[in-house]
Amino acid sequence: MAAILFQSPNPYRNLNTRAYKTKVSRNENLAKLQAGYLFPEIARRRAAHMLKYPDAQVISLGIGDTTEPIPEVITSAMSKRSYALSTVDGYSGYGAEQGAKQLRAAIASTYYADLGIEEDDIFVSDGAKSDISRLQVLFGSNVTMAVQDPSYPAYVDSSVILGQTGQFQKDVEKYGNIEYMRCTPENGFFPDLSTVRRTDIIFFCSPNNPTGYAASREQLTRIVQFAKENGSIIVYDSAYAMYVSDDSPRSIFEIPGAKEVALEVSSFSKYAGFTGVRLGWTAIPKDLLYSDGFPLAKDFNRIVCTCFNGASNIAQAGGLACVSAEGIKAKTHHTFGSTFLAGSWDVFSEILEKTHVVTTPGSGFGPGGEGFVRVSAFGHRENVLEACRRFKQLYK
Amino acid sequence: MYKSLSFAFMPCKTILQPRASIKTQDNENVTSYRTKVARNPTMERLQYNYLFPEISAREAQHVKKYPNAKVISLGIGDTTEPLPDVVALSMANYAHGLATPTGYRGYGAEQGSKELRKAIAETFYKDMGIQDTEVFVSDGAQCDISRLQLLFGSNMSIAVQDPIFPAYIDSSVIIGQTGDVETESGRYQNIEYMKCGPQNSFFPDLSKTARTDIIFFCSPNNPTGHAASWEQLEQVVRFAQENGSIIVYDSAYAVYITDGSPRSIYEIPGAKKVAIEVSSFSKIAGFTGVRLGWTVVPKELMYSNGFPVINDFNRIVCTCFNGASRIAQAGGLASLSKEGFKAVISLVDYYKENAEILLETFKSLGLRAYGGVNAPYLWVHFPGSNSWDVFNEILEKTHIITVPGSGFGPAGKEFIRVTAFGHRENILQASDRLTSLLK
Repeated sequence: MAAILFQSPNPYRNLNTRAYKTKVSRNENLAKLQAGYLFPEIARRRAAHMLKYPDAQVISLGIGDTTEPIPEVITSAMSKRSYALSTVDGYSGYGAEQGAKQLRAAIASTYYADLGIEEDDIFVSDGAKSDISRLQVLFGSNVTMAVQDPSYPAYVDSSVILGQTGQFQKDVEKYGNIEYMRCTPENGFFPDLSTVRRTDIIFFCSPNNPTGYAASREQLTRIVQFAKENGSIIVYDSAYAMYVSDDSPRSIFEIPGAKEVALEVSSFSKYAGFTGVRLGWTAIPKDLLYSDGFPLAKDFNRIVCTCFNGASNIAQAGGLACVSAEGIKAKTHHTFGSTFLAGSWDVFSEILEKTHVVTTPGSGFGPGGEGFVRVSAFGHRENVLEACRRFKQLYK
Repeated sequence: MYKSLSFAFMPCKTILQPRASIKTQDNENVTSYRTKVARNPTMERLQYNYLFPEISAREAQHVKKYPNAKVISLGIGDTTEPLPDVVALSMANYAHGLATPTGYRGYGAEQGSKELRKAIAETFYKDMGIQDTEVFVSDGAQCDISRLQLLFGSNMSIAVQDPIFPAYIDSSVIIGQTGDVETESGRYQNIEYMKCGPQNSFFPDLSKTARTDIIFFCSPNNPTGHAASWEQLEQVVRFAQENGSIIVYDSAYAVYITDGSPRSIYEIPGAKKVAIEVSSFSKIAGFTGVRLGWTVVPKELMYSNGFPVINDFNRIVCTCFNGASRIAQAGGLASLSKEGFKAVISLVDYYKENAEILLETFKSLGLRAYGGVNAPYLWVHFPGSNSWDVFNEILEKTHIITVPGSGFGPAGKEFIRVTAFGHRENILQASDRLTSLLK
């Protein structure tokens, strides 16, 4: 049902059958994708709704987009860097593809102090989404992967694009050859690993998008063990780590043995409001080796040098300010909370129609999301309060 | 720079100088835990480091060896002159605005800001019928090339000019479109190499070119500097039409054209049905570190089943990318304003003057130097030589970094690429040193 509701306008509908066509076959992997990427679809629905109700005060709790201004200590670093580019001494051209040395060192010491992750294990990027696809290019088409269900759609979609999967099976709403690790209220949003088949790669996002669940130390230890037993590689997405408020681990590398089985992807997007500035990183330990003993980091470095050309130097200046003492201090006042309601695309539509609040239907994150709606907590405080008021009215 | 394990650069009779087999360095890890995940075989196919980090590594080695030498870099094509004030100011102001409630912006459209897409269409594609909705803003051409490979997938055959900017070939290997490299020739199986040299005036003989799905065509060319004429591009478009191929046209250096050659493939009638165009602000606006570029995918470009390529490219951009930095986009917009464009073009002219100086120098030494007229690169011929040897000799004796031609493909074996980016005084110094060495 979600696949039908997802439908973008049919690209073939205006096809002039006599128009010139090349003889190049469409990449069949792209043809496997069922619909557009999830978030542009939400944006489209929001835009359509605003057209329909031009006077409504639409509140966006759909796409997880940050809304609060960036602290001045960080923006002034970026302003300064911009000005400097117009001076003889301050101008710089190509940067190291892996990122500025200072920033790599700062990320290592800020987030991985005492975890044995060093400056040269850090690869600075233009964000986690780009990194996920670059990692897929690294892995290639002959690997199998496991994802949490529900999960951030980029893991599955990039896997399809790279040719790792089979066709979409409409009855179960799953792509063939992907191992979906169900996460539900019944299992405390942590998968039952005893029922999970071995795959080469395990994507694991914690705190989880969309469920909000942060795995405990004990649970992550089990995952690391599971990976070790199976010789698998964990791609750990820690984009929301800074929102952890209890003593759940923030990095997979807090777990002993993780450096031999995991790499970690993270982002400045939700931490520093850098969703439009574009900055993130991937940490790959030296001990992470392929079956033939070749270090993953070496191949990832080659990908980064060939398929990428470094994150923007201005964004990196901002990142450096972020991880400075002042920058960290300026960010700690942000709070986070996540919540979910039972629903689906129907509920999404009902909420939108009746309260003018945009959410994200759970099935967009996988079949395990059916019956849920994701509500993002990013927003101006007054909008979030207003949204809550409207929800209370609707569900009185 | 990533710490690479050191290995000897053995001169050998193969065209491209491969480093020692990486397999021999694995033995140190024999007792360490290994996952059971097989290394991607396409990565294994790559024979050597990506060219430009390799050049950087050599430069670093040389600086270590001669700490007092003033090394002049005419190797990696990196811009050197500061950004115009109007451009830098726009980015500084945008960054400043992010600290305010009214100026803060989150995620942008993955395809780029509407304003910038429009400005690109109007500045570079005026009267060519390219709409803003066909322009996809990116973080640079190198990234776009790989995203295009992701779009095409592994079941594609490609043709490239030989010699050429290595990213087309390397990304093709990585995505799985090629076979192994043939050690003798230095060519990857399943790639059609279109030889470009003095003998054919740096334009390939298309009658001898096999059909491929994709044709990468860079003009003005990196590294040869040759800008294809209208007639030549017409030939390429016709060739693509006849074969049902898709051209990926790299116009990163178009603004350096002096002789009236076409700047965009879309100047050729019919090109919109057969070509994608990739370009970059790097060499236009000095944005090599700022990171901004674009790709044009015309709506009428279709796969064999009638599906519009633009729909799939949009899907890639939305799934594998999250838009270029908004700050960089603000700078891009400023560089396309009336004042901004005038200012960036004056920097382009500065580099073009550098190229003239270098061209004069090589000519006065009796060397055949190609390019330098429509591009910021000179392609200097040293007949009968091995380019790595020439590279080493120039480096050792004049402390000037260049790029050995074989890094760009087998047809580059006897050539050296010299860039024209640099402070004027360094260009003049380099000219003096070269004159002393080569007289």
